[in-house]
Amino acid sequence: MDARKESEPTPVKNPTTAERKSERELVVTRTINGPARIVFEAWTKPELFKRWWIPKSFPVSLLSCEMDVRVGGTYRLLFGPDASNSVAFHGRYIEVTPHSRLVWTNEEGDDGGPVTTATFEEQGGKTLVVVHDLYPSKEALDAAIASGSTGGLSETLEQLDELVVTLAASAGRS
Amino acid sequence: MVQYSRARLDASFGALSDATRRGVLEQLGRSDASITDLAEKFHMTLTGMKKHVGVLEQAGLVTTEKVGRVRTCKLGPRRLEDEMAWIERYRKLWDARFDELDKVVEELKLKEKVDGRKKRE
Repeated sequence: MDARKESEPTPVKNPTTAERKSERELVVTRTINGPARIVFEAWTKPELFKRWWIPKSFPVSLLSCEMDVRVGGTYRLLFGPDASNSVAFHGRYIEVTPHSRLVWTNEEGDDGGPVTTATFEEQGGKTLVVVHDLYPSKEALDAAIASGSTGGLSETLEQLDELVVTLAASAGRS
Repeated sequence: MVQYSRARLDASFGALSDATRRGVLEQLGRSDASITDLAEKFHMTLTGMKKHVGVLEQAGLVTTEKVGRVRTCKLGPRRLEDEMAWIERYRKLWDARFDELDKVVEELKLKEKVDGRKKRE
């Protein structure tokens, strides 16, 4: 899987952690090798955001990405393998604190989706990123896990992850 | 085989591109339900709901079983997994995403350095 990356210099890779913190919460952490100012920029400028939000290993691309990053502003991400097979994810920014904190809603589901809080804490030129999903209820998070959905954008990515594994496995066989 | 997976990918996208169908998946995550239950819950006709369930079934996201006159729907085998496995996949998704973010940040840092040097000159 990593063979294609060998030509690129690999900077220090920090571990990513994920855990269900409580009945209603999921938390992901990772230290990024750069100051919070730059990390925040990469999360809030669409032209930068679209370069990393969908990992290259996924067979889809972000077809369009509209982000009005200010309190009350909305975002809309359209992605898929092609324009005729696309899924839109959307929501609203409810907190925008430059370089340290972003909070947004995930409104594509019928029931209330999770509210996502991303915090950026700079430590010696590096930034600890914490992504916190708060679901409206225990049942909502249980249901998301049971159905394989994580709500919002990652719902389809989870699906694709499975498909990528299938593709890789079938490529290995042929 | 790859062709088959590609077809499945398209089927999944088609299935998930509709809010009602995503709602049905969420609903079935809580408990199994008959087509009649689902039609009522989503304020639809039986025929309409049958179509939605058909699309989900085609994509392998839902399975149905007819017992007597009632067709019961449940999440397909692809969706059933324990919480630990799910969280590990969620972690992997973010890990891949953060790897890409690291690259973008590295590039921006470099650009700042170059720009800073230019300003000083």
